[in-house]
Amino acid sequence: MNRHLISAGDLTKDDALLILDTAEELARVSERSIKKLPTLRGRTVVNLFFEDSTRTRISFEAAAKRLSADVINFSAKGSSVSKGESLKDTALTLEAMGADAVVIRHSASGAPHRLANWVHGSVVNAGDGTHEHPTQALLDAFSMRRRLGNLDGRKVAIVGDVLHSRVARSNVLLLHTLGAEVTLVAPPTLVPVSIGTWPCEVSYDLDAVLPKADVVMMLRVQKERMNAAYFPSEREYSRRYGLDRERFAKMPEEAIVMHPGPMNRGMEIAAEVADSARSTIVEQVANGVTIRMAVLYLLLGGETA
Amino acid sequence: MIIRNVRILGGEPVDLRVVDGAIAAITPAGQAAAGADGEQVIDGQGAIALPGLVDLHTHLREPGREDAETVQSGTQSAARGGYTAVHAMANTSPVADTAGVVEQVWRLGREFAHCDVHPVGAVTVGLEGRQLAELGAMADSAARVRVFSDDGRCVDDAVLMRRALEYVKAFDGVIAQHAQEPRLTAGAQMNEGVVSGRLGLTGWPAVAEEAIIARDCLLAAHVGSRLHICHVSTAGSVEILRWAKSKGWNITAEVTPHHLLLTDDLVEESPVGAYNPIYKVNPPLRTRADVEALRAALADGTIDIVATDHAPHPVEDKETEWSAAAMGMVGLETALSVVQEAMVETGLLDWAGVAERMSVVPARIGRLSGQGRPLEAGAPANITLYDPSARTEVDPSAFASKSRNTPYEGMTLPGRVVATFLRGTPTVLEGKLV
Repeated sequence: MNRHLISAGDLTKDDALLILDTAEELARVSERSIKKLPTLRGRTVVNLFFEDSTRTRISFEAAAKRLSADVINFSAKGSSVSKGESLKDTALTLEAMGADAVVIRHSASGAPHRLANWVHGSVVNAGDGTHEHPTQALLDAFSMRRRLGNLDGRKVAIVGDVLHSRVARSNVLLLHTLGAEVTLVAPPTLVPVSIGTWPCEVSYDLDAVLPKADVVMMLRVQKERMNAAYFPSEREYSRRYGLDRERFAKMPEEAIVMHPGPMNRGMEIAAEVADSARSTIVEQVANGVTIRMAVLYLLLGGETA
Repeated sequence: MIIRNVRILGGEPVDLRVVDGAIAAITPAGQAAAGADGEQVIDGQGAIALPGLVDLHTHLREPGREDAETVQSGTQSAARGGYTAVHAMANTSPVADTAGVVEQVWRLGREFAHCDVHPVGAVTVGLEGRQLAELGAMADSAARVRVFSDDGRCVDDAVLMRRALEYVKAFDGVIAQHAQEPRLTAGAQMNEGVVSGRLGLTGWPAVAEEAIIARDCLLAAHVGSRLHICHVSTAGSVEILRWAKSKGWNITAEVTPHHLLLTDDLVEESPVGAYNPIYKVNPPLRTRADVEALRAALADGTIDIVATDHAPHPVEDKETEWSAAAMGMVGLETALSVVQEAMVETGLLDWAGVAERMSVVPARIGRLSGQGRPLEAGAPANITLYDPSARTEVDPSAFASKSRNTPYEGMTLPGRVVATFLRGTPTVLEGKLV
């Protein structure tokens, strides 16, 4: 594996399977009453969050702590960053503090790539702009595998604002690597113009895709997109691309529903669907900690499993 | 002064005698009589002699951003690149939208005398695109402005553009348009295409350039005015220009060296790492197909000239995340080498063609009478000596520019400017500033 985890595209199939299998092992630890392992004792993990994301930060924090790492949370608000400090200077500061891994969340696509030029430790991308969110894709794959088994040949529909979604980009890359068949479903305004070059199918018709899907992953749609004319209204979006009860009924019986959160209940997903037994939404959160443990463990913990 | 053993446009070796800032005589190499005692003799060592290069698109940053570049450092950079005249873009702080500012820049250029500085006047007050700047006052000023541009911003209001095109006819001016439809490029970060989609960077679609070029060609034709298009970057723009020129309309266009050589893949994969803002420029680097179309267009005359769009930025404005970085690249000191690489080594242009596109025609567009003249007896001695056989690794620390934001660092490029003469006075000798 690479020293960093910045893009899901950097993972070979073997890398990805190793992470998923390691997570499977670690999941057993999470089921114990004492959840802590000594593996990363004395190592320092910095959570460098330039964007508010309590969910993701807590997930990484829990993962690092369960591996006994020292965790430093560095949030941009109220720090030197809000006083105009550059990403480079922040990086050099972390470097001076001896960070073994930096988990970075940033509103700018590519910020983790830039950071990796300036620190020696491992860089883990916890979401960069509209680019990628590889640990989300890994936890999604992990959640799918736990429900469905091997992902080879599985049909996954990813529905929503693909253009601005880092979750979609990472999922397309990782699921393709793992042998799943991805179909992106969105209004044509919300897919990149170059979508034909991605290793997946594209459809504008959710109803046509649902009956064949093993997994339906709904993406959060930001209401402000409406103001930029990506779609006419919230209701029209919901009617054409929302996963409501009627559409849910068209899915195969074994098919599961996923959402990376936070959800707009009633817009892209109906409340009953989100809360149904075939929804993995709560599991995804728990699996997030496990997969992030696996990633930190493999990046920092050395060779022995 | 006598300059021995140079090859005008790559031709037979000759000696040039320079008297009072003009070329007095051209004789076959070795035949020129030794001059009077104390006459300066320069050994050209078989270098190619070109008419001093003329840049229609330079950002000198002064006044306002003297940390990035000054008139002094920028013109030194120009001289090192073989230029004897530059047009200084108007997007300074304050904006060059009054006779006062353009005269200040013009005077600074005269004072340092590394190369001629011809200020470009803003089309609209403060580059705001709302009200015409006092174009006539700038034209009548000591700076004698003939090129007007809101470069960095597009004159997107069709009525304002029409009026500007019409108005400058009174003094034979030209509007140099930065073609970028602003609504289609809100927040744009790089060429919209395969790479932007993968990288999750907001796209700058080709159509945003092409739509404005098409509109402005039609406007220029309608009012019978002279139009110049800055930094053409797409294959589609080339097609539109080819069509417009076929109508006989009075339109000229420029391409930058970087758009002749570099592509948008570099944002994703390059020796300096992904998302390195050294490649961030406006208009953005495009695709290989665009590069090929631009080269062909420059070769066949659809694109008239090469202009550098030399855009200096301090290190801290580039050592950032991509979206926070400034747009632009320095270019004066690498332009001729890049053109050699992209156009001469590929057989698309000979040295006469290079001289046309980097000296003669830009001077004509800017209405500069003393620049861009063929090297012949009687012409001002604005001369660039260039050794095309050299191959050098680009070393930004050697630049005369105050800024180092070159995308060519570490690349080996052909050719080297050996000497530059401004009206007979050397500004560069042995590759070094005089």
